[in-house]
Amino acid sequence: MQKTFLIWVSLLVLAVIASVAGTTYYFRASTKTRLIVSTTTSLYDTGLLDAVEKEFETKYPIDLNFISVGTGIAIQHAERGDADLILVHSPTDELGFLKNGTGVNRKIIAYNFFSMVGPETDPAQIRDTAPLQALSKIVESGRSGTAKWVSRGDNSGTHAKEKSLWTAAGFDWKALVKESWYINAGSGMGETLKKADYFSAYTLADMGTYLKYEKDGLISLKILVEQGKDLLNVYSAIAVNQTLHPNVNFEGAITFIKYLTSDEGQQIIEQYGKDEYGQSLFYPAVRLLRENTHATIAQWIREYAFFNDTECPPEYRRGSPELYG
Amino acid sequence: MVNEIIEGLLKALQLIFSGDPTVVEISLRSILISSSATMLSVLWGLPVAAMLGLRRFRGRFLLKGFFNAMLGIPTVALGLVLYLFFSNTGPVGFLRLLYSPTAMIIGQAILVTPITVSFITSAIESVDPEIKDLAKTLGASETEASIAVLKESINGVVLAITASFNRAIAELGIAYMVGGNIAGLTSVLTTVIALETNKGNIELSIALAIILFLIVFALSITMNMIQRRRT
Repeated sequence: MQKTFLIWVSLLVLAVIASVAGTTYYFRASTKTRLIVSTTTSLYDTGLLDAVEKEFETKYPIDLNFISVGTGIAIQHAERGDADLILVHSPTDELGFLKNGTGVNRKIIAYNFFSMVGPETDPAQIRDTAPLQALSKIVESGRSGTAKWVSRGDNSGTHAKEKSLWTAAGFDWKALVKESWYINAGSGMGETLKKADYFSAYTLADMGTYLKYEKDGLISLKILVEQGKDLLNVYSAIAVNQTLHPNVNFEGAITFIKYLTSDEGQQIIEQYGKDEYGQSLFYPAVRLLRENTHATIAQWIREYAFFNDTECPPEYRRGSPELYG
Repeated sequence: MVNEIIEGLLKALQLIFSGDPTVVEISLRSILISSSATMLSVLWGLPVAAMLGLRRFRGRFLLKGFFNAMLGIPTVALGLVLYLFFSNTGPVGFLRLLYSPTAMIIGQAILVTPITVSFITSAIESVDPEIKDLAKTLGASETEASIAVLKESINGVVLAITASFNRAIAELGIAYMVGGNIAGLTSVLTTVIALETNKGNIELSIALAIILFLIVFALSITMNMIQRRRT
């Protein structure tokens, strides 16, 4: 009796070990090196990064692993050394990330515009007004009970943009949060759009996610204020400093940044969305900045997303001078 | 709105029955990870439960109380703790396990251990104590008598495995925090349902929700039938 029991126990142990090891091995069976990219939700949720990944992985022995989070969390992941590279869109946060020594070799890869979206009836009458004026009107209508505003409230790049817009319009967003018409969603872009749609409220949206949701019939919000310098949205890639976190895949990160800024990578960014939405969701920024192909926008990007007249001051560069040629 | 749900449901069924590779892959990964986690928890939970159920020692009630209290541990809280552990700057960061299926297996195994231990312990305790005495009077040693008790509590063990697996496969917090929902590597049923909806993949989410339900349902029924045949 004891013998059979022992056999059962050893069988159980063997089964457990085999299954755990097997599962682990099964998912690890790859000779590729792994590159963990913490990315802002808009680039991933629109499907752009899937398109980039497909092309990139046919050319390089690197397995791209995307973790889709807000810019704030992406930076935190990187500061803990849990990501090799981040894709973000909040210049002020990025500068802090470079300054504290974690981020190196920043490259601006793309841009587009935020837009202010809201219900078709437009109770605050912001259609085609200037962004800051539109915000004032929303506050006015909000306080009189005819309009609502949904904020991302998740420390993402879009949230950072929203906060800076409120400040520029002369409001203290920390005080606004307490007012009843101001809904603090604390969620990603898609979820926030759905909430705004449900409450017939206004919100600040990145173009890519809005177009995707609009086309899929998930929301009926309309674009009311768009384009303009105030609504510029600039995406950059930043590698994690290897001297600070020796474990990170720095080489892979640089390879991926080079790919994103290459003609081929920029081409994918420009083409993405044209078939499905009839327009690009993101515009490539590399050639624009290098050759000044669109002087006004190039100037806007410089004013908004450059630090000391460069996308990455020399003290935050580690090798690869060709990136800044 | 109702139309949308019906349409989503139809497309979801189509995805399931056409054997869509993404659906199959995510479902298989979920089953593999959660069953590995369950077995791991049984491996270390069974000896603990046997000790708690059969032996009388100082601190036994404290230990039992601890496992009972841990039954309802919020998965996000445990997920956060594990994230900090597995993180590169954390105590076991050097293992480079964050964002891997292995980390998810370990995390889920820890999550369901209280279920395994508590369920098996109470199954052992509910076995008539006379069985042990009877075995002893028939000439069995202490160990042999204990084995006899364990055999009687096999139904409890089956129940513990079922409950553990169901909790593991249905949890989101740990899978997301230490797995990261990486497509093709750590995305499982719950993380995809919760997060792919953000990409507008609602049909995929509905399909996976149906599968998740079917897995849990099928397993519970099967286990129930096995138990019936035994009694």
